[in-house]
Amino acid sequence: MSIHAEALCKRYGDSYALRGVDLHVPTGTVLGLLGPNGAGKTTVVRILSTLLPADSGRATVAGHEVSAEPKRVRMRIGLTGQYAAVDERLTGRENLTLIGQLHHRGKRAALRRAGELLERFDLCAAADRPVKTYSGGMRRRVDLAASLVDEPAVLFLDEPTTGLDPASRQVLWDIIAGQVREGTTVLLTTQYLEEADRLADRIAVLGEGSVIAEGTQAELKRRVGGERLRIALADPSDVDSAVHTLETLFTERPLLDPESGTISFATREGIDTLAEVTGRLREARIEVAEFGTSRPSLDDVFLSLVGGMDSPVNTDKVGSPA
Amino acid sequence: MNVRELAMETSALLGRHIRHLLRIPEKLLSLTMMPVAYVVIFGVLFGSAMSVPGVDYLDYLMAGILAQTMLMNVSGTALGVADDLAGGIVDRFRSLPIGAAPVMIARTTSNLLLSLTSAAAMALIGFAIGWRVHTNVLAVLAGFGILALLGLTMAWLGALLGLALRSPEVITPVAFVIVAPITFLSNAFIPLGKLPGWLQAVCAWNPVSAVIAACRDLFGNAGSAALRGMSVFGSAPIPWALLLTVLLLAIFAPLTTRAYRSAVAR
Repeated sequence: MSIHAEALCKRYGDSYALRGVDLHVPTGTVLGLLGPNGAGKTTVVRILSTLLPADSGRATVAGHEVSAEPKRVRMRIGLTGQYAAVDERLTGRENLTLIGQLHHRGKRAALRRAGELLERFDLCAAADRPVKTYSGGMRRRVDLAASLVDEPAVLFLDEPTTGLDPASRQVLWDIIAGQVREGTTVLLTTQYLEEADRLADRIAVLGEGSVIAEGTQAELKRRVGGERLRIALADPSDVDSAVHTLETLFTERPLLDPESGTISFATREGIDTLAEVTGRLREARIEVAEFGTSRPSLDDVFLSLVGGMDSPVNTDKVGSPA
Repeated sequence: MNVRELAMETSALLGRHIRHLLRIPEKLLSLTMMPVAYVVIFGVLFGSAMSVPGVDYLDYLMAGILAQTMLMNVSGTALGVADDLAGGIVDRFRSLPIGAAPVMIARTTSNLLLSLTSAAAMALIGFAIGWRVHTNVLAVLAGFGILALLGLTMAWLGALLGLALRSPEVITPVAFVIVAPITFLSNAFIPLGKLPGWLQAVCAWNPVSAVIAACRDLFGNAGSAALRGMSVFGSAPIPWALLLTVLLLAIFAPLTTRAYRSAVAR
């Protein structure tokens, strides 16, 4: 277990930023920490990366207790925050060399490591220009490179691609995925569900200072709504009789669109339900134009979890192509 | 703490600050233009209107104006610290296995180097328009050594101020309110002999007056005589200057390092 947090609490004045957060990230895996603004994602990262003391609770990172051995933790971690934490007036190469020297590499070794990273992050052309002349994507790459100088065992990425264009985001994702393949454990906070879907092995959803759901993408989606079955009838006027025929299969009120003749509803058994539906409709001589199943997207999961637990799934999206 | 690691970290961070200095044209300008302007303006302007018994005014002025340059480290360092706090670089440093001390030592040392460069430029200009020392090289170097101690102490005070205030809009006036009185309520620019008694006491007991009198002694610019009898500093300015700057440094440096730790842990 590379990251292990138990009952982390943090208060600012009267308001709780964290009210008992538990997190576990096995070595070599990626945990995506999802949550809206103000949910406490950054606070979790700052506590785990030793920047901020927790009011209570305990956490170990890379085998060392965060509050007792911050220096040992810092020797094993890399941190990339929401804003590029590099020196704007220094060049990319100077920034990375400085970080290397602060990791107690000699000047020459630090320069060599900087060169390697600049090459890997496709920054060679800009290596000797001040960072303030860089584009947003290049800054984030330098920043990420800076957190990888000492080959950390655990990498904290706090919204690493917020504000980037899709192409730069893709580049950063590829770099992060490469780092994960090399065995780095990653805690990633993000508001982008696609980012969590792409990079994370497991996802924890943070809402108002505590973890409100945790699991693999598939588990979370299942937990929220399961699969939905969508039936498009050949003749829209058959809708009422079809609903009557299938009534016992519904676990909730189905969504109907009489105009196009489509029915959609949540199902637990997937394929079995599909077979049952096909049989019953054939018996009732109702002709089907198209069947479709869809899983809720992570967006559905997210919206339903953080928007209160009352609506099991964001129904607007069901039936539309994923 | 491991001394070798501390030295490595400090020198790497110092390299960062020196690159900054070289890359900001305004700082280079202040490094060369300001000292020239100060020495010429103060030397010529005050020199035409003021006389100090037994010594040429420019000779009297130089130690004072060099000390003023050292006092300017307060705002310079405070603004630098605030700048770092505003960016994300402090978080980067804190996620590294380095302590607070090298960050603050590098910051204050770099500001000291900046003000010493300024002081060297001023000394050259002063020499060009007629300032003369009347002692030996070692004594002059010792004088600059005491000025350096003052500059370093003021840099640590400035760092503390920057950590406490954080915003440049607040730092500039507060630094002025602190530095202006200790600069001008001293023997830096005027002989204290003709001041009314209470004002003379305030100026004579200002530790900056001790530093300036010590430098005047070391430069052979007839200094401590002018302070004798007005405060304890007058009889032995050199030991007093050393004692006071070292004492203040011993207070400010640990205080500031602690302030840095808590300022960034938010």
